[in-house]
Amino acid sequence: MPKLKLNLEIWRQKNPEAQGSFEPYQLSDIDDDISFLEMLDLLNEQLIKSGKAPVEFDSDCREGICGSCGVIINGQAHGPLQATTTCQLYMRHFGDGDTIIIEPWRSKAFPVIRDLVVDRSAFDRIIAAGGYVSTKTGPHPDANSHLIPKPVADQAMDNATCIGCGACVAACPNASASLFTAAKISHLGLLPQGNPERSKRVFRMVQKMDLEGFGNCTNIGECRAACPKEISIDTIAQMRRDYVQALKE
Amino acid sequence: MSYPQVKSFTTVFKKLLIALSGLGLVGFVVVHLLGNLTLLRSDGAAFNAYAAKLESFGPLLAVAEIGLLAIFLIHIVTVLTTKKRNLDARPVAYRQWRSKGGDTPSNLSSRNMAVSGSLILLFLGIHIWQFRFGPGMSQGYIATQGQEQIRDLYRLVVETLKNPVMFLFYSVVMILLGLHLRHGIWSALQSLGMTRSRTTTPLRLLGAILGVLLGVGFLIIPAWIYFGASI
Ligand code: HEM
Ligand code: SF4
Ligand code: FES
Repeated sequence: MPKLKLNLEIWRQKNPEAQGSFEPYQLSDIDDDISFLEMLDLLNEQLIKSGKAPVEFDSDCREGICGSCGVIINGQAHGPLQATTTCQLYMRHFGDGDTIIIEPWRSKAFPVIRDLVVDRSAFDRIIAAGGYVSTKTGPHPDANSHLIPKPVADQAMDNATCIGCGACVAACPNASASLFTAAKISHLGLLPQGNPERSKRVFRMVQKMDLEGFGNCTNIGECRAACPKEISIDTIAQMRRDYVQALKE
Repeated sequence: MSYPQVKSFTTVFKKLLIALSGLGLVGFVVVHLLGNLTLLRSDGAAFNAYAAKLESFGPLLAVAEIGLLAIFLIHIVTVLTTKKRNLDARPVAYRQWRSKGGDTPSNLSSRNMAVSGSLILLFLGIHIWQFRFGPGMSQGYIATQGQEQIRDLYRLVVETLKNPVMFLFYSVVMILLGLHLRHGIWSALQSLGMTRSRTTTPLRLLGAILGVLLGVGFLIIPAWIYFGASI
């Protein structure tokens, strides 16, 4: 089993106000079949043993579904692979002697809390502005009482796969949250339960997205390349269609 | 800072304005190119006649010019405020940023719209000053059309573009225009919500081809004049 020697350059920042900086670390004897986060765990064990503060990073499920683990790896959100979260990235995608630069998401709306951990609650506030259905839907309806064409159901489900990781914002040269916001608008608006509030929802969520200080989309598409769920920028066009529709009403 | 004072004046709305003004400018650029292709007729009569025809519209031309200026202003003001917001949105830059590639519109054109746009703006100032407000009949640029005397704009254009510095400047800006529109045309459709999953890829290709064609079309003119035309 190949063993890797790595040079890490990791962003260290004590608190939101502190001036951070990159710190160099060396690791050797790293199995290439461990995950990226396990590699960071090993680093932290060493740091703790030598009495130093471990590198703070977020993670929870470690199976690509919770969206908490994102960091920038050598300039790419969630690292070099497409359709992959940081926790699903394995060390076999790195080479012996590689230098790996690890940075937190960088966006005014995602302030750094500590080291690699950022505050993504701006996303929660976008959801709270309208990313819900306000009617009581009651017990689940009879199957087939609402007929939804398969392509529409697929589109809604594709949007619903968003895990709120923030990679779209992190990878966007404009730090725009359009992919996230559009996905959260469309996974509801396309379905009958979410349809009545569709216009109100798009206004409110877009307005909230702006107030949180995210950038303005210029259709570059880096969000799509970084999104672990491969959500398409078609959904951003859908959000704009909804917006134009809402303007007409 | 509170941006969306008016309920609907959001980033999405601003993108609609950028797209509509951008498409308006594309319309202008197409017409401008078709008219200017008369420059390729080397006696200059066709071009001078075309220019004189435009002049003869008088107040109508003035209205068109003001309309065009308004479209430019909308485009420039909205993109500048967009750029400002986007710079503010990432106060700490990445030490390293790399594209993740994939099938996306991310390329040098799309990532540098403000650079290409700003140079086009600089060019516009010089271009309008050189020709629109440049020397006319009273400075001796006179051509004859039948019995009439008209402005010899052809000679002014040829004299200007025979200058190697101007030739290079015009050529570079026409390439930048092509790059701006390579992303811009599709991007405008995307901003207006007119792309759908099945149409977006073909539209992206078509927009890029049209954009590059417009750039190349405009590039032919300075090259033709610099290397060929004589007065
Ligand atoms: C006067 C100088 C110009 C400047 C400073 C400028 C700047 C920009 C910038 C920064 C963008 C990207 C903004 C965004 O996507 O949100 C843009 C988009 C665009 N520009 Fe320009 N531009 C200029 C002239 C032109 C001209 C002459 C044309 C047409 C021939 C044009 C057509 C477009 C189009 C179609 C878009 C895409 C709109 C969209 O993405 O929604 N621009 N411009
Ligand atoms: S759209 Fe994709 S990249 Fe953005 S938050 Fe959702 S899952 Fe993450
Ligand atoms: S830890 Fe849950 S997605 Fe990575």
